[in-house]
Amino acid sequence: MADTDLLKTPLYDLHVELGAKMVPFAGYDMPVQYPMGVKAEHLHTRAKAGLFDVSHMGQVKLTGPDAARDLERLVPGDLDGLGHGQMRYTMFTNEAGGILDDLMVCRIENGLMVVVNAACKDADIRHMRAHLSSEIEVLEDRALIALQGPGAEMALSALAPAAATLTFMTGLEMDIDGAACFVTRSGYTGEDGYEISVPADEAEALARKLLAQNDVEAIGLGARDSLRLEAGLCLYGHDIDETTTPVEAALTWSIGKRRRTEGGFPGADVILKQIAEGTARKRVGILPEGRAPAREGTEIQAPDGSTIGAITSGGFGPTLEAPVAMGYVTAEHSAAGSAVNVVVRGKALPARTAKMPFVPNGYKR
Amino acid sequence: MSERRFTEDHEWIDLDGEIGTVGITDFAQEQLGEVVFVEVPDVGKTVSKGDETAVVESVKAASELYAPCAGEVVEANDALADTPDLVNSDPEGAAWFYKIKISDKAEFDALMDADAYKAHTEA
Repeated sequence: MADTDLLKTPLYDLHVELGAKMVPFAGYDMPVQYPMGVKAEHLHTRAKAGLFDVSHMGQVKLTGPDAARDLERLVPGDLDGLGHGQMRYTMFTNEAGGILDDLMVCRIENGLMVVVNAACKDADIRHMRAHLSSEIEVLEDRALIALQGPGAEMALSALAPAAATLTFMTGLEMDIDGAACFVTRSGYTGEDGYEISVPADEAEALARKLLAQNDVEAIGLGARDSLRLEAGLCLYGHDIDETTTPVEAALTWSIGKRRRTEGGFPGADVILKQIAEGTARKRVGILPEGRAPAREGTEIQAPDGSTIGAITSGGFGPTLEAPVAMGYVTAEHSAAGSAVNVVVRGKALPARTAKMPFVPNGYKR
Repeated sequence: MSERRFTEDHEWIDLDGEIGTVGITDFAQEQLGEVVFVEVPDVGKTVSKGDETAVVESVKAASELYAPCAGEVVEANDALADTPDLVNSDPEGAAWFYKIKISDKAEFDALMDADAYKAHTEA
């Protein structure tokens, strides 16, 4: 795709003004980093607050008398159990139990607000339109801003005091200094923070007001990736895809008790059998012992040299000052603390499987 | 008095007698971003021009260093293992990667001088 075909978010001009390095990402021209640099941006978010443009993601509103039960036909999450303003992480599955995309769902008046990945959004919308009876409205005229880090509450509540009343995984419509926004206390960095859906024509003004707050800096997709990796969160297309099931991906926690009993979602027979009987492989955290990062595609071996899996996301964790990774290994090697090797440039380097998150999360429950 | 030449892959080499000191340029470290890991070659290793001799990993990706000239590695900068960020702070000084006893000065002479390298990075 030529760069001229890339889509721009409502914050594009602001990114350029702030000196961002722009790169193509899922069809959009997005900021990968600002002059501060990926490592400093990562550490700033963990210590203070980072503002991320995630407007490339898909925002969809489902309305209808029973939108929650309707969407449950495509996902294994318990959506009917969500109270007004409560949200949940779930995934679209296929008949084989594979994951088509992961998504966030928040119950609102008369329906649901759904956020899906940029690269999958067109397919997700077709999928929903083909299978659901709810009214499906794609919110094309809204930007999405994530404000993440321990300083996020103070920065946002200075503009909208109601922000402080939200707890982790809840959402609320609120006026932010004149802009009619939908705000959830969520994000994908492992930190406390918010995702703010804002009308496109008011997005830049809001971003500037947030950046004017103490401790808020613009952060690019580079740091977003290292933050979510340290938080042990899956990246669609890497850690999860159509060939991985929620059980293999260690996402069984996202499947509520009622759904495990009732089923009624694509691939339920496969997924429920895996919950009962276990899987041959499992997603685990991997901590290499040296300083060399083990990146996506790196072979994972047992101490005897046999291949037991591969890294699906890996890099250097600025908070840990050490390499971090996640990947799939055979069940027998999946217990936290198992000794494994990662084959980096032909050398088998010692590593251990580890519990995730690698960095404790800062959610306000 | 040493002389400095550059490769198209953004390595520099200072030649003093027959010993060349090799590193990456300021332009290269700027492109890489923060360096988090460096792997230097073993002393005694014999390399041909263009061989992979070292690896530098940034937060983004791994990149290889290629030998600007053939020869034998006579010294490696082990300090980089503990302080890889030296590559960002002093790429053309303290963050040299290794020293090589070159076997063919003609290979060195064929590399770019500072002006040619500057033109190369601005191309």
